[in-house]
Amino acid sequence: MDDPLVIAGREFGSRLIMGTGGAASMTALEQALIASGTELTTVAMRRADAGGGTGVFDLLHRSGIDPLPNTAGCRSAAEAVLTAQLAREALATNWIKLEVVVDEQTLLPDPVELVDAAEQLVDQGFVVLAYTNDDPALASKLEQVGCAAVMPLGSPIGTGLGIRNTHNIEMICSRATVPVVLDAGIGTASDAALAMELGCDAVLLASAVTRASDPERMAAAMRSGVEAGRLAAQAGRIPRRYWAQASSPGRPLE
Amino acid sequence: MNITINGQRHEVSEGTSVAGALESFGTPARGVAVALDGAVVPRDSWQRTTLHEDATVEVLTAVQGG
Repeated sequence: MDDPLVIAGREFGSRLIMGTGGAASMTALEQALIASGTELTTVAMRRADAGGGTGVFDLLHRSGIDPLPNTAGCRSAAEAVLTAQLAREALATNWIKLEVVVDEQTLLPDPVELVDAAEQLVDQGFVVLAYTNDDPALASKLEQVGCAAVMPLGSPIGTGLGIRNTHNIEMICSRATVPVVLDAGIGTASDAALAMELGCDAVLLASAVTRASDPERMAAAMRSGVEAGRLAAQAGRIPRRYWAQASSPGRPLE
Repeated sequence: MNITINGQRHEVSEGTSVAGALESFGTPARGVAVALDGAVVPRDSWQRTTLHEDATVEVLTAVQGG
């Protein structure tokens, strides 16, 4: 595998992790997931309906994409820990996207509950990928308690506002010793490319694809955006200059 | 006796197991996990774990999200 993403010793060929939320239909979701090239996709845990289907479970099984259960909707460490334990039981994976938010309006991570839950889950043998604020101090703390990846937001979930604090994301990337996954806020392919150019190891997105007018096409765009950004980050961009610098030598009539 | 499954009250006979309750509730057999009074009950314990009066059972499954 060329330039794999490695999280907790597991290799992925794709640096795009897709979420399954927001899709209009299971068919549209399946097409988008395949077009994105993702190998890992998030699912939420909710009460099972009596006589309900197992649609998303069957879809992942069929497509060979691994589920990454999340704790979306949890407001406390206790709630997140129980949800993670149930996800491990239901999906037979000890990987968890840890999400503990403070309120419905911002869906921003609650730092205190997040660190508490991360510590408990790491102790219980989970591979914790923590959804976090774009805060370098908090990202370091999550790394210290044993998270396998830190996943700072670009902007609040579902806003499509892109990366509001590029400097903070760059700082998080520059000193992290675990993979950094830009999670939340991506609106279009250039946002995904920018995340990778800033030094992120991967991008996680859902709404930007599933709520696009043409999810399958946007999924392909995101895939290309992530790949382009990764190549650019490795290629080493030119320094920014104040004044122009000609790329052609001299003038034709001199 | 009465128990609560996913927030709804249900009447089941004395000595009903977690497995029995799930069957009568009609939950899918695959891809679900169960908590009894806030603690996970592993699948291999569903048969031998019996419910008590006013037990709170949560049955969760994976759905689209995140």
